[in-house]
Amino acid sequence: MKKKLVTLLTTAVLGVSMLAGCTDATSAGSTTGGNEGGETSQTADQPSVGGKLSGTLNLGMIGPLTGGAAIYGNAVKNGEQIAVDEINAISPDFQIQYNPQDDEHDPEKSVNAYNNLKDWNVQVIAGTVTTGPCLAVSAEANSDRVFMLTPSASSPDVVNGKDNMFQVCFTDPNQGLASAQYIVDNSMATKVAIIYNNSDAYSTGIYQTFNAKATELGLEVVSTTTFTDDTANDFSVQLGEAQSAGADLLFLPIYYQPASLILQQASNMGYAPKFFGVDGMDGILTMEGFDTSLAEGVILLTPFSADATDELTKNFVGKYNANYGETPNQFAADGYDCPYAIYKALEFYADKNGDLDVTGKSADEICSILISVFTNPNFSYDGVTGTGMVWTKEGEVNKAPKAVVIKDGVYVGL
Amino acid sequence: MLANLINGISLGSVYAIIALGYTMVYGIAKMLNFAHGDVIMVGGYIAFCSISYLGWPPILAVLASVVVCTILGIVIEGLAYKPLRNATSLAVLITAIGVSYFLQNAALLIWTSNTKVFPNMFAGMAPIQLGGTQIAPVTLITVFANIVIMVALTLFTSRTKMGKAMRAVSEDKGAATLMGINVNRTISMTFAIGSGLAAIAGVLLCTAYPTLMPTTGAMPGIKAFTAAVFGGIGSIPGAMLGGVLLGVIEIFGKAYISTQLSDAIVFAVLIIVLLVKPTGLLGHKVREKV
Repeated sequence: MKKKLVTLLTTAVLGVSMLAGCTDATSAGSTTGGNEGGETSQTADQPSVGGKLSGTLNLGMIGPLTGGAAIYGNAVKNGEQIAVDEINAISPDFQIQYNPQDDEHDPEKSVNAYNNLKDWNVQVIAGTVTTGPCLAVSAEANSDRVFMLTPSASSPDVVNGKDNMFQVCFTDPNQGLASAQYIVDNSMATKVAIIYNNSDAYSTGIYQTFNAKATELGLEVVSTTTFTDDTANDFSVQLGEAQSAGADLLFLPIYYQPASLILQQASNMGYAPKFFGVDGMDGILTMEGFDTSLAEGVILLTPFSADATDELTKNFVGKYNANYGETPNQFAADGYDCPYAIYKALEFYADKNGDLDVTGKSADEICSILISVFTNPNFSYDGVTGTGMVWTKEGEVNKAPKAVVIKDGVYVGL
Repeated sequence: MLANLINGISLGSVYAIIALGYTMVYGIAKMLNFAHGDVIMVGGYIAFCSISYLGWPPILAVLASVVVCTILGIVIEGLAYKPLRNATSLAVLITAIGVSYFLQNAALLIWTSNTKVFPNMFAGMAPIQLGGTQIAPVTLITVFANIVIMVALTLFTSRTKMGKAMRAVSEDKGAATLMGINVNRTISMTFAIGSGLAAIAGVLLCTAYPTLMPTTGAMPGIKAFTAAVFGGIGSIPGAMLGGVLLGVIEIFGKAYISTQLSDAIVFAVLIIVLLVKPTGLLGHKVREKV
């Protein structure tokens, strides 16, 4: 009976502290965490108390390091490795042990990889890389209370209903919103045509949000045509319809292979609207044998461009080139931002709540700490894939997309 | 209208040239060579490498691609299909699918999954103006190549000794053997010609739609197979007719009905044709003797 009462009391206390966590930046972790000092009630813009971050964090990563999607997994792994090395070099007191695991882009193997990481006492996971496996692993991690920050799994389903799951990349539909907003804000066009791939969830998702936003903003969509993976050769009909409808901007929420054919065929028929793409268009310039003059003037919204001239990007691209002998793609950049966002979040927490030693902390405690920081509107992070990243309660990221225009075969920032 | 018709013929002529290879092999060896589309892809890559890496002139690149694909066809036939000469047709079909995957994955290893852009082989030629629409030179060349290949194949199978042997093998393997025809050599020859045609088809396909990936041949291969069935599989003029019609129907379906349903329309037409005429447009009815 007495025992029951104690349990009841503990539950009540926990419940209260969790409630507090909802209204301000306190978290359950901070009150049960032990040796850190910040147990006082906090407001959203609490002052800095200058606490120090120390200890060793076990950071796991899951992604396809072999198999058909290995190009993505390895890019993320390389990007994260560079970030981990940099963090370990700049903060002698706080070290990250990094453990990447292969899932071959297979949900089942991904869960196995996750269990391996659990045996290794993982505290935070910077993964998984691809959407399908991420759905499987995040469900497990959600019930185990392990904080996950995915660099690149972009479906909204990945974060939906899981408070421990956050994204570094845009969700697909957000790109549609941002594109429509960008076109209207810069009054780039009055009549827009869209060609999208209706056999692809990525393309269809962006199209739907773009279309809704365009209607809301009074942008006239004069022609909407589709293709599928199986009919991605001939675009004469779609382009003809856009041309005869008088579209002065062609929105292409598609990958770069079909886009290259569209550019070629539009040029053959003498149709030259403005072309506007999203991150799937990234890669068009590196296609072997592609005549880059066809892409002259193409504008795309992309979170990362390796040709950007800011210090962060230059440093990252330089290191990536030196270590791995190639130019990093967007996945590598998303990966690079992951450990940094986690590091900055822990630092932010220590700064506001007093010294934080992560050694030996359970994944659950770290999870609560990180959720409290990531959902704190005052926490923002500047990375190579966007400045001023803030996260919603759902775990989606908000950041300013960068628009680039292709000039003389290279990206030029707008 | 005219523009759509020209686009349709342009797309259809690419299907037709692939369908010719399908129908040729089916007509003689009585097997569906599902690896045909992937031989096309190899042909495209060989031509791409010859032009982009070795700097060869287009004509030489086409020749190189034909030679490599012909050898490849003979090797595939010898290694994968010859041991199955007396096996069930299902076993051969599955083997063909296996060869198709083998070729795709081998290409993935050699040329990686990065898309390559095929150089324009007819860069020097200006498009022809016709009533306000343009006809790309590659369209004219594809149509011309189709007609030449169709006539040449028809003459070859009806006039030459080897051609007659092929027709004999196609009608009755056992009787052909009794008449002193080397069935194995005849079928190898068929594969050699079919794969040589695939190389030409690959070059024309990649010139018309200039992206090159290890899966480039797969979908056009299936469409061309459809075209061959549409025109009557085994019939050489039927393959050409089926290919061109398929392309025209696809473009018209997209332009006047719906871009979303273009494939559904194409296959609905195929189903209707096969219901009315089960052997295809120009197919011969084969009486089964019991």
